Amino acid sequence: MSTKPVLVPASETAISRRGFFMKLGILFNGLAAAVVAVPIVGFLFSAITRGRANGYLSWVQLGKVADFPEGETRLATFRNPYVMPTDGKTADTACWVRHIAGEQFQVFAINCAHLGCPVRWFQQSGLFMCPCHGGAYYSDGSRASGPPERGLFEYPYKIENGLVTIQAGELPTPGAAMAALTGEKPTCA
Amino acid sequence: MRMMITRIGQWFDFRLQLAAPVREMAEHPVPRNTASWWYVFGSAALVVFILQLVTGILLALVYVPSGAEAWSSLQALNHAVTLGWFVRAMHGWGSNFMVAIVLIHMVQVFLFGAYKFPRELTWTIGVFLLLMTLGMAFSGQVLRFDQDAYWGLGIGASIASRVPILGPAIVRLMLGGPIIAGATLSRFFTLHVFVIPGLLIGCVCLHVLMVLKLGINEWPMPGRIVKRATYMSDYHELTKKNGAPFVPYAIWKDMFFAAFIILAVAACALYFGPFGPTGRPDPTIIQTAPKPDYFFLWLYALLSLLPPSLETPALLIGPVVVIAGLLLLPFLSGEGEKSWKRRPIAVLTVMMIAITLGTFTHLAGYTPWSPHMSAWSGDPVPEQFIHGTTALERQGALIFQVKQCRNCHSLGETGGQRGPSLDSVAVRLTQDQLIRQVIQGGGNMPAYGKNLSPAETTALVAFLETLHPKGQTPAHDAARDVALGDEKPVVQP
Repeated sequence: MSTKPVLVPASETAISRRGFFMKLGILFNGLAAAVVAVPIVGFLFSAITRGRANGYLSWVQLGKVADFPEGETRLATFRNPYVMPTDGKTADTACWVRHIAGEQFQVFAINCAHLGCPVRWFQQSGLFMCPCHGGAYYSDGSRASGPPERGLFEYPYKIENGLVTIQAGELPTPGAAMAALTGEKPTCA
Repeated sequence: MRMMITRIGQWFDFRLQLAAPVREMAEHPVPRNTASWWYVFGSAALVVFILQLVTGILLALVYVPSGAEAWSSLQALNHAVTLGWFVRAMHGWGSNFMVAIVLIHMVQVFLFGAYKFPRELTWTIGVFLLLMTLGMAFSGQVLRFDQDAYWGLGIGASIASRVPILGPAIVRLMLGGPIIAGATLSRFFTLHVFVIPGLLIGCVCLHVLMVLKLGINEWPMPGRIVKRATYMSDYHELTKKNGAPFVPYAIWKDMFFAAFIILAVAACALYFGPFGPTGRPDPTIIQTAPKPDYFFLWLYALLSLLPPSLETPALLIGPVVVIAGLLLLPFLSGEGEKSWKRRPIAVLTVMMIAITLGTFTHLAGYTPWSPHMSAWSGDPVPEQFIHGTTALERQGALIFQVKQCRNCHSLGETGGQRGPSLDSVAVRLTQDQLIRQVIQGGGNMPAYGKNLSPAETTALVAFLETLHPKGQTPAHDAARDVALGDEKPVVQP
């Protein structure tokens, strides 16, 4: 009877050479993934991070004060300050300029404070009306009726060298930074 | 010749090893009563999906996903490229058909209890397939980069912005920047052409694989209860002992229906043509009343009709509850009756949802909640309301038009429907009430106090007081008559 060497199964906790290299391989791949993930995530979220310090906002000119007769509300358009080459006409934006008196203005975003549809000004009844879900606002932008929970969004403005200038650059939405920026709170119904 | 083909076939199969599994798949036995016209919707959805892939790739040959050029490239497809209009129409109608067929398939699966053990995961993946189909529908509407797409994105952004804390960040991520522009279109193009179709193809493969592995759901019989312990052997009995091979026993109905659907899509495309594009996506053109495509019309109606205070919670919590409910369904009722004849709540739920969605969609077809922007200048006051009026009342009718009252109130069936019809308003409101309502507004009507001079208000109310049917006396305040000492005899109609 010859004694055969008994094959002792490697204990489950013992690490074989190949097992070690496989684990090292996984670790190495994880490291590579983490290194590549940083720029990928940075790229994916660049649209958010850029705007963090209001990087999208700047002052844009709407026109001469004289272009906006006192006591009237007129449509003005401007080119968004932050533009990409493929934007085309979509970077153009409209807004309503209400010249109250002297250097007193109100510049309203075109977007309804409900869901962003373009509101239209009706001089005769002194109302802004929205064609989508039926929101209506008074001439000073405050909510008149319908589903909006607040008044129209207002751009901060200043008069510089006889030009009406507004701080713009971001689509105003009910929850967006815009409202916080202008210090507006939802008007009480 | 035949020998030659056989040998070539054998050469390939020796290397591919596919013939045996494909034959096994085709000839797998199915319960005899599943060879029914009720079982054709799943395969029809798959066929329409393949049609969408083909027509989508064809469109991508010409379409330019650039904010500046997308609209023009769609015009080129419609007018300059041979049969471009037809491929666009096929893709557009294909999407409508796909949403509809997927929904019908889901209802059928639900009513036939097919989501119960052991097909829970098939249902779960099906729910994701439905969500992805809707995602394709919405992103496809964005790629048709016109006014509706532009303002539709604005609505999407406004909804997303209401998410607490993260709202503004989600909006920027969705738009790819601060505004709806070129970057927005590019990312919806990526979603519509790469991300969602990739996920869809993967999930469709899993979905179909599971149907093949677990077997098609047997025709539900009242009283045949699903039990985890016995179901597999019962099903084995139905298929192995009494079943019939899927090909050709059941498949011919799928094939007939698929061909019918493809022809129906082509017929709609031929007859109705492509969808849009509507106006150029230029945000400075504000004379537009954007509307979503038909499968989101119910949502459009819901957003108009919900009370403002309920809107944000409903928008943010509603979808979570609905999706969670759909995903949990097979885990909450994985056993028991399959037949719709013994599941009245299931049938009522489907009916209620269908009626609700149908009603909302119908309402969104004529948007009674929106002011008619051109009613004041376009719809004249019907003649019968002016006939025999005094100068003051006629002046009031003029003010009624000029102050855009018509945009929200109808007279003689024309005008807006936002507010009540005023054909018989004088019967409902006294003179004082009319004045108060006009000046102070209320009940969803803006106040006109600042915009009407006293003379205008007097004339307007004088006109409104004439609006009552013949033979019906206008409302009047008896106490006021007494107080002012000009008591009138009450007219008996």
